[in-house]
Amino acid sequence: MSFVRKSPGNLMASMLASLLAVVVLAACGERSSQPEANARQRPQPVEPVLLEGRPAPEVLDENQVLRRGNGEEPRTLDPHLTQGVPAANILRDLFEGLTTEAPDGDIIPGAAVRWNISADGKEYTFYLHRDLKWSNGDDLNANDFVYSLQRSADPATASNNANMLLPIVNAAEVISGLLPPEQLGVTVLDDYTLQIHLVDATPYFLGLLTHPIAYPVHKASVEELGDRFAREGNLVSNGAYILQRWDPRAQIVLIRNPYYREAEKSLMDTVVYVPIEDLNGEINQFRAGELNWTYEVPNNQFSWLQKHYSQELVVSPWLGSFYFGFNLSREPFIENPDLRRALVLAIDREVLTEKVTQFGEEPSFALVPPGIGDYQPAIPEYAGWTQQQRLEEARRLYEQAGYSTENPLRTEIRYNSSENNKKLALAVASMWKQELGVIATLVNEEQKVFLQNREQKALTEVFLGGWTSDYNDPYSFLELFRSGEARNDFAYSDTSFDALLEEIAKERSPDRRNRMMREAERLLLEDNPIVPVYTYVSKRLVDPHVRGWQSNVMDHHYSRYMFKLKSQSSEPPSAPEGTTDGRPEEGQSKEGWVEPAQPEEVRPVEGQPQEGQPEEGQPEGEHN
Amino acid sequence: MSGLGRFAASRLLGLVPTLLMLITIAFFLIRVAPGGPFDSEKALPDEIRLNLEAKYHLDEPLLQQYFRYLGQIITLDFGPSFQYKDWTVNELIALGFPVSLTIGGMAMLLAFFLGSLIGIIAAMRQNTATDYTVMGLAMVGVSIPNFVIAPFLILGLAVYLGWLPAGGWEWSAQYMVLPVITLALPVIAYIARLMRGSMIEVLHSNYIRTARAKGLPEHLIVWRHALKPALLPVISFMGPATAGLITGSVVIERIYSIPGLGSYFVQGALNRDYTLVMGVVIFYGVVIVLLNFIVDLLYAWLNPKIRYEQA
Repeated sequence: MSFVRKSPGNLMASMLASLLAVVVLAACGERSSQPEANARQRPQPVEPVLLEGRPAPEVLDENQVLRRGNGEEPRTLDPHLTQGVPAANILRDLFEGLTTEAPDGDIIPGAAVRWNISADGKEYTFYLHRDLKWSNGDDLNANDFVYSLQRSADPATASNNANMLLPIVNAAEVISGLLPPEQLGVTVLDDYTLQIHLVDATPYFLGLLTHPIAYPVHKASVEELGDRFAREGNLVSNGAYILQRWDPRAQIVLIRNPYYREAEKSLMDTVVYVPIEDLNGEINQFRAGELNWTYEVPNNQFSWLQKHYSQELVVSPWLGSFYFGFNLSREPFIENPDLRRALVLAIDREVLTEKVTQFGEEPSFALVPPGIGDYQPAIPEYAGWTQQQRLEEARRLYEQAGYSTENPLRTEIRYNSSENNKKLALAVASMWKQELGVIATLVNEEQKVFLQNREQKALTEVFLGGWTSDYNDPYSFLELFRSGEARNDFAYSDTSFDALLEEIAKERSPDRRNRMMREAERLLLEDNPIVPVYTYVSKRLVDPHVRGWQSNVMDHHYSRYMFKLKSQSSEPPSAPEGTTDGRPEEGQSKEGWVEPAQPEEVRPVEGQPQEGQPEEGQPEGEHN
Repeated sequence: MSGLGRFAASRLLGLVPTLLMLITIAFFLIRVAPGGPFDSEKALPDEIRLNLEAKYHLDEPLLQQYFRYLGQIITLDFGPSFQYKDWTVNELIALGFPVSLTIGGMAMLLAFFLGSLIGIIAAMRQNTATDYTVMGLAMVGVSIPNFVIAPFLILGLAVYLGWLPAGGWEWSAQYMVLPVITLALPVIAYIARLMRGSMIEVLHSNYIRTARAKGLPEHLIVWRHALKPALLPVISFMGPATAGLITGSVVIERIYSIPGLGSYFVQGALNRDYTLVMGVVIFYGVVIVLLNFIVDLLYAWLNPKIRYEQA
């Protein structure tokens, strides 16, 4: 067999080596930056003209197709099993919960016309629209919602978001298999009325109901089709759009759902979600006119985009915080508040956001990001100091903790592989070294390894972390630090903090509750379990023809509010309004049009350099 | 031909242990990697984790899982994907492979014909300006990685000129042009260099000198007498190269957003999607092994010496 040039052994070795490489290393994504000019004149949209609150037909593009770049391929379109932002984006178009969101993120009635909340805040009665239908024409009523909530909580469904239902009576027992799903605190009063019983008054509960975990699913198709019910041709949904095509990793095409309760109000006929993992590739597709909306933009191209695509670049605050965490369960940080505080004080957040992340993120001194209703984050006193004052105090505390130039702190900063994380960790390490003499080594780990190490709390000392919230409430951030909480990788444990969390969960008055949460945040930050660095922003390119959406802190954008203006240059063609196919009633019949918040576009902070977020587009509720 | 037949049969039999070893090593290797398929940023309630593990038999002893898996793949069932819950691994491979096969196959054909042609021309004009230019370009082609070439092609042909899509995928020629070119360029260069080298060697051999002495025209010498032996090194290169191209290039798929097979492998490994990784590994293994087998047969056909040695 001497002639066999490539022996199977070699082959196998190389394959296994590549498998090993993939397991051990993480993929790196960033490519070189792009050339400096784009001479092509891009078409401009016409001025939006409104007719009784709606865009006048003559300003609308004939072709109401929206192409949205959407990050990774969604793992599933089963709303109860969904994970990550990309799937949630699509599901918001496909389904509708009892409540939904306006373009600005306000919670508004969805499948429920209205609701009553009992005096103690623990009993929600929802009154459904009378004529709700599934996308296959079946009637949708209160029983569907009860079935769906039970399915979400049922451990047999194995939803990784099931914990979001914990505010509901018996949810904890159902999720842990102690009670059957039928015992969940959700009851049908009649076909159009259902009641949800909560353990405690949960002020953010209406917001929770906009999450996919609370979307209704079509019982008959779930039971008949099982794992395949969310596939193309199978999925029955109740939102503004229905699934027309699903080519994995190529495209997901949604078309309007004629049975949607407000079907006549949505203007966008077709929405194409294009999964694109490569952010540079996504920009190229946007520039080539193949996308109207990007998922994100690469960090290293902010200034270029700002210069050449200032009209398209949209940057706005997003509900997430980025920080470094300490592992309080081991040396050197256990029982060492002075040292932790010294490290918190010694970094220069302005340098980090301006020079390292460069998207103009907001430097942060607290845990909870700004922009959550009336809540004022508990900004610590040192936020008002000059950097010089902070450094002096940091040095004093560092020495007080028993460290000096002769006896420096040696520690490790652990992060998950990404170009940006590396830059940040490096910058923080060098700040600590320069100001305090700390010797910090960087440890780069692949995502799953990193998460496991954080959770086990055996190896980690300082680690990179971040949190974006699933619902618009500070509690989502504070809860992470509860003693024994599964994602409390800090091993933070404080009885008075825990007690305060208990009380917050029960508190009814929004003002008092906010004050208590602020107090909890203050308590927490006093213990310095984290080094706050900055708060996130969402950043993307949006075709200026696409209007009807608004920036909001949740970064939720429903396609049904959007519409496409026609281009100025393309005006001459005598496009008679209302000839477009697929639009049920066209043209002037705008009578039935009442509420939609404001189809009038309110363009958010256009390419404003003050906010930006450096992360690699991570799923919601995820650390980076 | 019975020599060739026996040769084929013995080679085929040799593949079984190879694949079994591949499966075994890959199976345990992916399990050794820290973290599991259901670890995520969010904490999973215990009961739900247990349910998931029971559903996918991850709660059984590893060895039992291994034999269960072997039993399962004999029926060609790779199981459900952990990560893409709506799909089975078989479906994902069936969706991804045709894309990779099309792009990779076309790139290979392009590379083979263009590369051989360039190599032959360079060999026939050895040490002339043509030779140097062509081979210089080929050297550049080999050295520049395709993830550098791709953005230039995209910017030029898609973003500025608007002739071709900048990325994405549909079953139409315009979506294939850029990826095929990008994939083919380095291979063209490589084949050209191989071809030139072996052609020069063959052209210097005695039987070609005899042919020349008999007064045969040069193109006939090359076409009829020199081409077949000169192709040998190219053919042996093409086995693994074709396997590499048609199983999907992760880089190219990423840059052009192509739903080929390569990314499933990487995503599967990163997400500890055991079934998906195993499915793709086994599929790759079979494809590579089969292609090598085909190359062996081609080789035996092109070079009778091998048949006789084996027989």
